[in-house]
Amino acid sequence: MTNPPPAPPSPETGPSATPPAGDEGTGEGRDRSFGEHLRDAVQDSTVTVTLLALLAATVIGGLLAAFTNDAVLHAWSDFFSAPGNAIAKAWSVAAGTYVALFEGSVFNPHTVAALFQQSSLSTAVHDGYLSAVFNPLSETAVQATPLILAGLAVALPYQAGLFNIGGQSQFIGGAIMSAWLGYAVNLPFFVHVVVCVLGGFVGGAVLGWLAGEIKARTGAHEVIVTIMLNYVMQYFLAYLLSSQSLLQAPGTSNAITQAIASDAHLPLLAGTHLRINAGFLIALACAFGVWWLLNRTTTGFEFRGIGANARAARVAGMNVERNWALVMLIGGGLAGLAASTVILGTDFTLNPQSYGTYGIDAITVALLGLGRPGGVVAAGLLFGALHAGSPGMQTATGTPVQIVQVIQALIVLFVAAPPLVRATFRLRAARARGVSTSMSKGWNA
Amino acid sequence: MELELRGITKRYGLLAANDGISLSVAPGQVHALLGENGAGKTTLMNVLYGLTQPDEGDILIDGKPAKFGSPKDAIEAGIGMVHQHFMLVPVFTVAENVTLGIEGGLGASSPRGIRSRAGLLDRRKARRDVADLSHRYGLDVDPDALVGELPVGIQQRVEIVKALVRQANVLILDEPTAVLTPAETEELFRIIRQLTGAGTSVIFISHKLREVQAIADTITVLRRGKVVGQRTPPVTEEDLANLMVGRDVQLRVSKQPARPGEVVLDVADLTVGDSGGLPVNGLSFEVRAGEILGIAGVQGNGQTELCEALMGLRPTVGGSVTVNGRDLSRASPHARLRAGVAYVPEDRREDGLVGPFSVAENLILDMYDRPPYSSGINLNLPAIRANATERIEEFDIRTGSPGTAAGTLSGGNQQKVILAREVGREHKVLIASQPTRGLDVGSIEFVHRRIIEQRDHGVAVVIVSSELDEIYALADRIAVIYEGKITGFRDPDVPAGELGRLMAGGADSSGVPGATVEADGALRVDGADAAHDGDGAPAHAPQEEA
Repeated sequence: MTNPPPAPPSPETGPSATPPAGDEGTGEGRDRSFGEHLRDAVQDSTVTVTLLALLAATVIGGLLAAFTNDAVLHAWSDFFSAPGNAIAKAWSVAAGTYVALFEGSVFNPHTVAALFQQSSLSTAVHDGYLSAVFNPLSETAVQATPLILAGLAVALPYQAGLFNIGGQSQFIGGAIMSAWLGYAVNLPFFVHVVVCVLGGFVGGAVLGWLAGEIKARTGAHEVIVTIMLNYVMQYFLAYLLSSQSLLQAPGTSNAITQAIASDAHLPLLAGTHLRINAGFLIALACAFGVWWLLNRTTTGFEFRGIGANARAARVAGMNVERNWALVMLIGGGLAGLAASTVILGTDFTLNPQSYGTYGIDAITVALLGLGRPGGVVAAGLLFGALHAGSPGMQTATGTPVQIVQVIQALIVLFVAAPPLVRATFRLRAARARGVSTSMSKGWNA
Repeated sequence: MELELRGITKRYGLLAANDGISLSVAPGQVHALLGENGAGKTTLMNVLYGLTQPDEGDILIDGKPAKFGSPKDAIEAGIGMVHQHFMLVPVFTVAENVTLGIEGGLGASSPRGIRSRAGLLDRRKARRDVADLSHRYGLDVDPDALVGELPVGIQQRVEIVKALVRQANVLILDEPTAVLTPAETEELFRIIRQLTGAGTSVIFISHKLREVQAIADTITVLRRGKVVGQRTPPVTEEDLANLMVGRDVQLRVSKQPARPGEVVLDVADLTVGDSGGLPVNGLSFEVRAGEILGIAGVQGNGQTELCEALMGLRPTVGGSVTVNGRDLSRASPHARLRAGVAYVPEDRREDGLVGPFSVAENLILDMYDRPPYSSGINLNLPAIRANATERIEEFDIRTGSPGTAAGTLSGGNQQKVILAREVGREHKVLIASQPTRGLDVGSIEFVHRRIIEQRDHGVAVVIVSSELDEIYALADRIAVIYEGKITGFRDPDVPAGELGRLMAGGADSSGVPGATVEADGALRVDGADAAHDGDGAPAHAPQEEA
């Protein structure tokens, strides 16, 4: 739906050169094997390409984990005397890496064992043994929350044909607002946190709108504008944190704000032992909201129309420029919300490390999610899980946490290059269409 | 070289794109392949050019079977192809484009390359080759010109030179006239005659009856992948059209005389442009309810700019546009649509449809924010679906389902989607630019019928077309546009020669009609003269059904 064909068939060559796919589907098994049917059924789908990209990245990630491990390399230096040992060592490291990632992000059997060793259920709950069972999932959700929101900040404008590289600046804008409202304003409990979250949205929305408005008014390419705004906001934040008359916490020489008031914290969802908080619900609600906006509203119809064919949208009476500004405003707001969930949910202060690489990870999440809200949630959860599991993985297998970054990068590399995946898995090239062909459109628009 | 195809069959799934097609092309002959969109012409040519392999059947060259695994094999066998969409590098010169890919020569059999031993390119030889060929066939192509700066007609000749340099004996031209002006078409025909005179065979793919008549020695008609008939001109257009479509087709839709009412659309002194020029220069006309104004003219005389200015898609520097007494000169496209202007744009893929959107979505592309298709900010999906079902039925849109992406439909069905949408809402004016360009005979008939139906319902209709046939078929009044100005208004019984003179910029006087018809539009002018019951049909006029 969202991916325009790279080269739409002309009226003349279309029907005769590539007959409609429907004709193939109706071919009830005449002289064709089940395998051919299966291949026909799946190869058109970009979801397939994405899943295969995940598979390919997993395999290469495992190889990298194994062959950067000293013990494995040592074993392989004796490959000709003990080949079995070399292969076994490599396998055990690669497998161990993924097992540790899984245990750190989804479920760790040892925590269940520990739970059942407790004398009574009530002490188990009280001492946090029950929470420990769910801690990996909680951590995955916590890590995924800002990734989902920032991913939506890229995915939504993408649907309108804009490539929002400005997640970073919008995140910082939201973080500044959330943090400042969090410690400088006194409000009752529930109101305070709501104001802080909305403030985060506004902070991000202003920066998103700015980029959109500049494009609408001057035609400046949004990619350039948003990238430059990233630098502006990065150093603006450093400046704000450099003086106590601005945002720097009193009585410190560190670049950090005061801690936000406790009634501005996002409420925890599963007790004090687990970090999962209302931010995760905000992220899921926003994903649903974006889906609804795109598919069920007139505004979303305009966004998608403009994204798919801005000229036809203009002829149909849509105001392309106003929609550019609007979609960037909403996108920026979503990145601002991502910042809110970090500041109000887990960090509770703002410092130059707060924004991390969320703005950049957001692009990879949106790419992996094929620019669709549901896909962004899935991709955010996956990357959240990788983040959540990586410290445990390093402890357990000695595989450096950076391997997770490499796996992420590989996934996106494969997703962004469908021909690569198709070549690897021998899908027929002409029919599979990847997100990259349309993503690249963003640069030429 | 004698080329023969025997029983070529190519299936895609259950669909036989080519079903046992046999034909032969004699040296120095023009063999036309005629068929509607989807009849299998392009598939057949792809088979012949080695782009796809047939499931059954043989290709014989001088009686010997040949197998083409790739275009390279076909080229080596002496087959050249000029695709509908040119395969040229715009920033390269003509000579560079022509030699691209054969720098090392054409292979062992014919060393003709321009790469020296040292690995450098011999540009002088490349230019000389192009100049030689250009001279020999009267192609008039400058080897040093940048391809991107050349008009489409010349770019096409560059493609022909490319094929000739590769020593093509059979030249396949895929819908070569689709992108050409009438004058360029006439030039192309002259070149084709030169080529066949020198012994080259030409396979000419088209769905335009008149052109096929004018140029072909043999006409093979395809329908649904099969050869349904072979003719040698002269034949009647009705005969060819009926063969193509498989039923009786009306080439000229019958219509009652117009009953014009009040002036609905009033365009006064409209001027569009900037310092670079004025594509529309002080243009005025008015259209009454229940009449069709046909704006005739050679492509590129401001028609595109005029339509866009009428729709508010292009800023104007002067003049006014009034609909039903309401001044819309500064109104947004949205406001003009709301004021009751329906618009069928010239470029239906780029301007008329959102390709990835479903047919249902495209059917409400400019009505999505009005009831019943929306309530508040919500889209009313059931209403959108119901509308789609109704329109698909009413306009006979051939689509798998309302959810099918509009970009995958054939050109004719895409145009039906646009037409269904535009006339489906309340409107007083219909502006249709090149409404049947690239459509097959059956679709043209359908579109014309609908446009006349609109007129009969009291809509003020403006048709902008560079096809004189279309102007004659539809217009109740004809305005001729030349260099952004109307050079004259005429009644539809005006002789084509007179229109041709106006189209070529002749002053609006009552001088001797047709006295100074320039090469511009000569073909269409002649043809249309014949089709139209005007005075003095030219000698080679196709027979009309008496």
